[in-house]
Formats: sequence, C-alpha cells, structure tokens
Amino acid sequence: MSLLITGATLADGTRGDLYVAEGLLADPASAPAGVERIDADGLLALPGLVDLHTHLRQPGREDAETVASGTAAAARGGFTCVHAMANTDPVTDTAEAAEYVRSLGASEGHCEVRVVGAVTKGLAGEELAELGLMHASSAAVTMFSDDGRCVGDSLLMRRALSYVKAFDGVIAQHSQDPRLAGPGACCHESEWSGRLGLPGWPSQAESVIVARDVQLAELTDSRVHVCHVSTAESVDVIRWAKARGIKVTAEVTPHHLLLDTPLVAGYDTTFKVNPPLRTSEHLEAVRAALADGTIDTVGTDHAPHARQDKDHPFDVALPGMLGLEQALSVVIEVMVNTSRMDWPTLVERMSAAPARIGKVAGQGRPLVVGEPANLVLVDSSARSTVDRDASRSRARNNPYHGRDLPDPVVATIWKGELTYRR
Amino acid sequence: MRHLLSAADLSFAEATSILDVAVEMQQVQSRPVKKLPALRGRTVVNIFFEDSTRTRTSFEIAGKWLSADTINVSAKGSSVSKGESLRDTMMTLDAMGVDAFVIRHSSSGAAAQVASWVKAQVINAGDGQHEHPTQALLDAYAMRQHFRRLATVPEPQAPIPEPDEGSTTPEPGEGSTTPGSRTTIPEPDEGSTTPRSRTTIPQPQATIPEPDEGSQAADKNDFTGKKIAIVGDLLHSRVVRSNVLLQRTLGGQVTLVAPPTLLPTGVETWGCPVTGDFDAALADADIVMMLRVQRERMAGGFFPTEREYAESYGLTEARLAALKPGAAICHPGPMNRGVEISSAAADAANSLVLEQVAAGVAVRMSVLYHLLGSDEGALK
Repeated sequence: MSLLITGATLADGTRGDLYVAEGLLADPASAPAGVERIDADGLLALPGLVDLHTHLRQPGREDAETVASGTAAAARGGFTCVHAMANTDPVTDTAEAAEYVRSLGASEGHCEVRVVGAVTKGLAGEELAELGLMHASSAAVTMFSDDGRCVGDSLLMRRALSYVKAFDGVIAQHSQDPRLAGPGACCHESEWSGRLGLPGWPSQAESVIVARDVQLAELTDSRVHVCHVSTAESVDVIRWAKARGIKVTAEVTPHHLLLDTPLVAGYDTTFKVNPPLRTSEHLEAVRAALADGTIDTVGTDHAPHARQDKDHPFDVALPGMLGLEQALSVVIEVMVNTSRMDWPTLVERMSAAPARIGKVAGQGRPLVVGEPANLVLVDSSARSTVDRDASRSRARNNPYHGRDLPDPVVATIWKGELTYRR
Repeated sequence: MRHLLSAADLSFAEATSILDVAVEMQQVQSRPVKKLPALRGRTVVNIFFEDSTRTRTSFEIAGKWLSADTINVSAKGSSVSKGESLRDTMMTLDAMGVDAFVIRHSSSGAAAQVASWVKAQVINAGDGQHEHPTQALLDAYAMRQHFRRLATVPEPQAPIPEPDEGSTTPEPGEGSTTPGSRTTIPEPDEGSTTPRSRTTIPQPQATIPEPDEGSQAADKNDFTGKKIAIVGDLLHSRVVRSNVLLQRTLGGQVTLVAPPTLLPTGVETWGCPVTGDFDAALADADIVMMLRVQRERMAGGFFPTEREYAESYGLTEARLAALKPGAAICHPGPMNRGVEISSAAADAANSLVLEQVAAGVAVRMSVLYHLLGSDEGALK
C-alpha cells in the first residue's frame, strides 16, 4: 500500500508530508499522482507507540482476549508494537510456547507482537524457565517476566539477572513482596483500606522489592525493568539507582497516572488492579517521575477479563483493567495538557524508550525517510466520552468508562498498512 | 431508606426510631402469641455465605414474628465452588420476586455490590471486615437500656426497686401509658409510674408502633457524654466500624483500644481517640465493649501469645474490679473466655452480653419493619 500523508505536524513542531510506500517512509516527492492521500492538516504524526506490558490472554483465555482482538485494541490506541506477557495458559516458559505466540502475532496481529518469556517455570518462582532457548527461538525473546507474580526469591532473582546478561536480556519484575502484600491484598493500604475493611497493600511492599532488585542489578551488572511503578517510595529508589549508574528502567501504567484509591469505595471490581490504585501523593510522584525520566515509559498492563471473573466479591474478583485504547488519552490528559510534558518527550516515553528497553528493531524510530512506516496520526484536541462497549477488546473492564478524555488517535499505520482509521 | 448497608446510612432520627420501635418489638416477645401481621405477604431471604448461628437465627425469628415469609439459604462456598459468580447467584434469587435479602458474606463490600445489582432491598448482616450495622444497633439498644436503668435508679439513700417488679407480665390495659415510659429522664409528674418503668421492660402495646414516635428530645440524652471503650481486634472487626459510625450519629464518645498491630490503617481519621493503654481507657468508661480475638490471628503474628494478649488487652478479673460504678460490659460474641474476656467478666452482673442477644431479635424486627413496612420503606 502507498499513502501520502499531507500537512502533518511532527512532534518537534515542523510540518511536512509523509509518503508511505512498501512499508517504509519514502521521499514525498517520489509519490505518484493519484496516490491515496490522508489530509493531516492540524494533526500530529508521531512514531507508533510501543507497549512493554500487554496481556493478550491467548492461549488459554480466548473468551477474555485474543491476539487478534488485543492487537486491534492496540491499533485503536495508536500502538504498533506490544509485548505479550507470559502468564497465559500454558505459560510462555519454553521456546515452543514463545514461538506459538509469535506465530499468532504474525498471522493475526494488528501490530507487532513481541513475546515476553516467563522467568521461572510455570511462574512458580522456583526454577528458571528456559531463558536461553526462548531467546534463541524464532521469537527472539529478550524480556522475561513472571508478571502477575513477583520473583520473590532473592537468589533466584540474582541468577535470572545474571543469566540473561549473556544475551543482554532484561528481567521485568512485578514488584510485590509476597509477605507484605499477600494474595488477599487488594486495596492500597491507607485510610481507605481501613474504612472499607479491605486487606491492605502497603506502598512499601513494592519499594522493598525495587530496592532489592536494583542492588541485584548492580551486583550482576545486568538489566532490570520495574513493571507498573505505583508508589512515591519506588520512584525515590529508582532515582537513587539511576544516579548510581545501575541499569534500571521503569514503567508506569495509565491508570496509576490518573485513577486513585477512592474509586474503590463503591467496591466496583472494575477498579480492582494489582498493584492497587494509589492515593494522590503517589499519583503526583509517578507523574513527576515520568516527566523527568526517572520512569522511562508508559506500560499499559492492559489486562482484559471476562465478566464472570469480575462479578465476584472485591477480594475474590480478578485484578486488572484495560489500558491499550486509552493509554495515549490518559497521558495527554495528565501529562501534556497540564504542561508536565511536551510532545517530543511523549514520543520518547511511549515509543523510543520502550523500543530500546525491549530491543525492538524498527520500532520507536524517528519519522524520516528510510525508516519503517510505523506511525500514528493524532488530533490532540479531540475529546469524547469513553464507552466500554465501543472497545475493540473482547473485555469490558474499562476503568475509564463514562469519563470525558482526549480521543486523539485518527489513524494508525504499521509496516505501511492502516491498522486503524477513524 | 431502601437498603441498610452501613451504620452511616442512618440519620439520628432513623437510628432512634429503630431503637424505639425495637422497644415495642421486645414487648411482643413476652406475649404468648408473638406474631405481628406487619410484613404479611413479604418475602425475606436470609442468604448467608458465611456461617453464623446467632445472626441468622435472630433474623429468621425477626422475620417470622413479623409474618414475613422467611427463607434461609446457606450458600457457604456453594456458588464459587460451582463456578457461579456472586452476581449470578443473587440475580437468580432476585428473579424469583424476593422483597429483601439479608446477606452475610466473608468479603467486605459484598452487600453493597449486591444492592447495586438486585431489585430487592438489601440488609447487610455482616460483610467481611467492613460493617455489621444491625449488630451496632443492637449494641446501642442494650447500652441504651442500661443507661436508662441507671438514670432511673434512685439516689443512694432511696430504696432499690423490688426485684419482683421486673417480671412484669404484660397487661393489655397498660398500653395507653406507653409513650411516657419511653422517655429516659423521669419527669417529676410521672413519679407514679416510675417504679414500673424503672424495671426496664417497657409495657406492651397493642398496635404496631409508629416509627416517628421515638424522636423525642429526651432521646438525645441517652448517649451524650457516655464513654464507650471498644477493645481488641479492630483491624478485622466489622463490629467496630459500624459502632464507630453509629455512635458518631448517636453521640456516644468512643475510645478505641488495641495493640498497634490490630489497628486499621487510618484509624486516626475515625474521629475517636485511639490508645494502647487499656487501663487508662477503662477508668472512665461507661461501656467496655470487648471484641472477639480470632485464634488464627495469632498465627499471623499480630501478637505473641494468648497469655500476653489477655494480660495486656483482656478484660481480666482485675480490670473488672477497676470498672467505675455503673459501667457495663458488652461483647458481640462468640466469646473467647480467657483471652479477651475472663469468665468473671463475661458472667458479671453488669455484663450485657445476653441482653445484647435478646435485643438482636427485637432490633432486627424493627429494622425489617422500617425497611419493609411500607412500599416506600418506612424510613425516609
């Protein structure tokens, strides 16, 4: 497909035409007459977004999400690459399992699907999964995570960090001290957990693991990535570690940027997520950290669930909420519209940085001639009321339902093909 | 009021009305025929996802004595083990045309969730570690009866009322004097009736009482200035949360006593003093409410041993002796004798424990009557 995008504004404020041909960006002067055009006057053209943290649920829970539906939601949200987490059924803990997910992405994906492998067999936290074979497979796994569970054993975490250093892999940790925040913990430990009688999840249950892991990363001279940073204390630890030169990167979810603990006061399980929604001082801390680069990227932790898994009492319902379709909306609302962040920084956080962390060639690249045509056209002033039933995801656990938010994505182009067009 | 999910749902007038009508309901219990026709034709389903003998039985009796069709469903583990969601379980029962659910669940918030799904009215009979509003109401009822007895006890030089006045088998003709007996502070001109009202069991009334009869100014004095110490496992207790919220409305001054490991996060925002010094709190308490300490908490390392807990936070014989004159003891049950409460305290003359149990039926009759007594719900 060939496509001429005219009059687009780039993140740095310059304007120009973009010519998409054969999956690459080509010289607009070479576009033939009569080529299909998109009038991008007044629109921003940004590199396609990259998500390091996506639950696509396939194989195992295709009633909640599939690679096809999840990546369609990703395209709707402006993403051209997602990282499929390993906590599927079966778990992605072998080369064969990784290759299966990769092949699903290749055949059914509406964006690039990179495979995240498990750190430990069956996510059990006891023995290392076949990290090297997953890396050597056609899935070329470089990021490993037991996400949903924390690698709690310090020695095992040390070994994992050390082992993946051989191929410059990265361990993405779900930081949750399994004793300080046990399986029942479902509400940020605060005045709210106390009043609501919900088992608390203190912010320090996150930061003590972050503090341990950055020191293990220093010990092993390896890379650790902190998933879904949700607390001010974790931000402080990461800031300290980066100043020390430790190879740590971190992500924050859209929901931890926007949504706060009081939302759970009605026991609506849509708002049950792990780590839990935090209080305003933590929201302010993660916003500031995303602005100054202490937090490198936005990871959606898009976690679709079937309705029947949410229609339980609060402490029993599965944790998790959707994120792909509204991630950019939330970042614009919380970071750009408040002047915390400019557009080039947004591109760094949502495209370039995650592509570097995940070592994804061809993603997160500047929009210049010769680069892969992965881009999103954005109307930064458009707004709408979120309707969960309009989602491309199979699931409806959308925490933004009914909220007025930016609705920026006009078109998404992946490898030169339109994957979403308003 | 459509549902009773939290003690905070109740205004002063509503809470007082529930307590006042409960007085009348308790009179019914001393009749040979206990049944009132108030809720004839209404269907109340008591659905208990968690075991409870006393709460379920008292709700069942309360419903039956009001002539409601009362059905008990023991749902412990049933839906989850069958893979059915809470929503589906409740929607299924709701589709049968039930008027009200009385729900007990081990998860905080379950009653509120159910109320958001079903057409029927919902009464929270205990949700996890969150609330148990009818327990707080029956606690308030027992405390109020106690305060009123004290208020009517003559000065020390006056004679103690004869015990036989307390038995008061109901006499139909006395119904007409009832409104006067409901006020707490004896008026001089009521002197002639005082000896009878002093004996605590109010006179029976032939008709269903009007809820608004209770909102008399004198009721405001029942809890004002009264000091209530609530002691024990505050972290896991739904009873304490409902009591704090109800007393905020009724005017009692609650002091919370617990080891720091059993304090809920943010308890300092609850508007009552918090202390680890039981003996200090004991000294000026009018009511000491002991909370059950579940033995499994010890495995969680909340305190070292039962012995240490009893010594520091239990109502021991020594602490029983240190209570100020006129102070009374409450416990929501079931009691761990020898842990949070000594047998001497549990069985003491100033223990209201059995009175609390007896009040349970009357208070729950009153709650059912207030919520279901008319199409709109009797409380506004």
